[in-house]
Amino acid sequence: MKALGIILAGGQSDERLKDLCNVRAVSAMPVGGSYRAIDFTLSNMANSNIKKVAVITQFNSRSLHDHLSSAKWWDLGRKQGGLFVFSPFLTNDNSFWFRGTADSIYQNLSFLTKSNETYVVIASGNAIYKMDYYDIIKYHVEKDADITIMCKDMANSDKDVHDFGVMQLDENNRMVDFEEKPVDPQSTIASLGIYVIKRTLLIKLLETIISESRYDLVKDIIIRYRRKLNIYGYVYDGYWNTLNNIKAYVNVNMDFLKKDIRNLFLSDGAHIETKPKDEPPAKYNSNADARNALVGSGSIIDGKVYDSILFRKVYTRENSSIKNSIVMEGSCIGKNCVIEHAIIDKQVVISDDKKIIGTPEKPIIISKGTVI
Amino acid sequence: MRKKEMLAMLLAGGQGSRLGVLTSKNAKPAVTFGGKYKIIDFPMSNCVNSGVDTVGVLTQYQPLSLNQHIGIGIPWDLDRKNGGVTILAPHVKGGEQGDWYSGTANAIFQNIGYIDANDPEYVIILSGDHIYKMDYSKMLDFHKKNNCDVTIAVLEVSLEEASRFGIMNADENDKIYEFEEKPEHPKSNLASMGIYIFTWDELRKALIEDSNIHPDSDFGKHIIPAMLNRGKSLYAYRFKDYWKDVGTIESYWAANMELKKSLPEFNLYEDFWKIYANSEHQPPLYTSADAVVKRSLISEGCEVYGTVEDSVISTGVIVEEGAVIKDSIIMANCVIKKGALIDRCIIDEGSVIGENVKMGIGENIPNVDKPKIYNTGITVIGSDSVVPDNVEIGKNCVVFGNSTIDMYKDGKLESGQTIDIGGIEV
Repeated sequence: MKALGIILAGGQSDERLKDLCNVRAVSAMPVGGSYRAIDFTLSNMANSNIKKVAVITQFNSRSLHDHLSSAKWWDLGRKQGGLFVFSPFLTNDNSFWFRGTADSIYQNLSFLTKSNETYVVIASGNAIYKMDYYDIIKYHVEKDADITIMCKDMANSDKDVHDFGVMQLDENNRMVDFEEKPVDPQSTIASLGIYVIKRTLLIKLLETIISESRYDLVKDIIIRYRRKLNIYGYVYDGYWNTLNNIKAYVNVNMDFLKKDIRNLFLSDGAHIETKPKDEPPAKYNSNADARNALVGSGSIIDGKVYDSILFRKVYTRENSSIKNSIVMEGSCIGKNCVIEHAIIDKQVVISDDKKIIGTPEKPIIISKGTVI
Repeated sequence: MRKKEMLAMLLAGGQGSRLGVLTSKNAKPAVTFGGKYKIIDFPMSNCVNSGVDTVGVLTQYQPLSLNQHIGIGIPWDLDRKNGGVTILAPHVKGGEQGDWYSGTANAIFQNIGYIDANDPEYVIILSGDHIYKMDYSKMLDFHKKNNCDVTIAVLEVSLEEASRFGIMNADENDKIYEFEEKPEHPKSNLASMGIYIFTWDELRKALIEDSNIHPDSDFGKHIIPAMLNRGKSLYAYRFKDYWKDVGTIESYWAANMELKKSLPEFNLYEDFWKIYANSEHQPPLYTSADAVVKRSLISEGCEVYGTVEDSVISTGVIVEEGAVIKDSIIMANCVIKKGALIDRCIIDEGSVIGENVKMGIGENIPNVDKPKIYNTGITVIGSDSVVPDNVEIGKNCVVFGNSTIDMYKDGKLESGQTIDIGGIEV
């Protein structure tokens, strides 16, 4: 049961994330003290023994390309297979950007046609979860499905099902209907945007819909073919989150303060890998007081850090106080500063005696490189 | 292919016996330093930061952990097709018995083939024993400028210390006219750091000649004096930065402790001379709501629920609730259980310290078995050792292996005592 992986990391960011994603793809969002969002899907692929993975980028791709400049951290630096990064390109008869998710795969169709793996796993680069994709491929084979969609019951979660593709499943988990971001959802089962499909079927479907000028995976394949194809839902009940708004971004990060979440991603069995940065150990000076805090390497702490996530190389000076906040790589917090409910992006410098106080509902966001 | 201007030969086969149990299972270059590093990471990183991308690492004593650490050189970007890192172990040669490396120069002599294959102009000889940052390319510039056959890096030491080193007597241009190994009455304070740049043709000749005279050919004892006698041009290159030989338990401990100062003499936090380590990716470190961490270095992947003060903690260490660690060095993947008290101890990788253990208490009595190694009050736990719950361990003690409660008389190991059941080769 060999499979290829495709990670869709090119989508334009949700308007609601705009302050954090002006210059970076959502898949490149820093998560959990030293990761980027795409590390989770990429590590899942590698840990599932998928040896050939394409990452498709488009919007704000620089940060992502930087992150993926070497594939060896995920054991995907290979002569055979390994990591492929696809960005839009111009040819004599094509000068389009990717016109949709299906088009982005179609424009790189040779990745599929030149392979001989039986299955393709398509996933988004924005979600945070840990999964062995062979579980879903096995299920796909058992059900004799044409397409299997990983989905989750959002009934008891903080997620709003209106934000998702909503699936109606029959008693055998066969999908009977699918509505994208419905006004009046008929179920609480949300598609997680992770699909398993046979490679040959995917090629056929892509060729058909593109010839009809249709470009979207969800609208033009899943919904349009929902009755013609055997589409099944694989209901996932493990930890899953996606970075679709600021609240979700804060929650995902704060989840890493919980032991079970850290164990899930960082200790138990398969690890989440990322590009190493070679920072020295974190240093705690005389006034350091870090409680319920995650601190990245290379940081130097000399103030209070409560219930917060500090990424790598964050410097906090004496008498500063950081609470319920996220401080990204390379930012400096001066003396006597008070930071509460804030998201401090990378390389921000906050000079002495500043107060930045947001609320749980509306954290204050300080953009990358700001000097205050 | 572009010719390699300078190739590095890194001598990493030494035991470092004065580090006691810390080097019982691995060579000194593989001993942890500064939380996430191994001592060999410093010369290795210096090489790549100096633009030297072809490095032969000579191993001999307990090479397993060193081989695993270096691998194909990924952490230093030495996984190269052209050049890169090569592990050079003693080996059997065609039809003859193999030879161990019997001396520093003998080790290089036995690998002339490796150097010839790379055909460098110059060879830099390094040792894997010291903590320092040095730009070898500047030393090479000096070597070329002075038309040297050999350039020896030297440190200015006090005259009292000088009798512990190989001392260079040099003229006002730093041209060396005499070399004395550990002189009783030193005439100069220029101490050799064991870092040599040779013009390869000259070294090659000297190695072959000396191999016929001295079967244990050594740079300090044989090669350097012989080249001086033959009127070769030898220069001292003065190095004025931080350089530490962490060869004893006390100096090892002190050099680690120095790093936790807010402005240490040796700065690991520099962007343009990074030290690279093979830390398989570890998550950020976590400190719980009850944790107290002050004046310490804590590496990635640690989970701290107790108290850590004035200490250096390596990757993946778990400090449970109520445990207190002071003035200590804890190496990778140790678990310090609830309520344990650890004061001025060094705990090697993968050890488990039981609940409510008290370590480093009582009188400062030198170790009975090895008073020359353990005598400054520091208690040392060897790698992958276990200390059972509720025991008390004094100062200058050694515990190595899976110790059980019956080995502790009245639940105690008095100062200066040793429990050594580790290191048994199965």
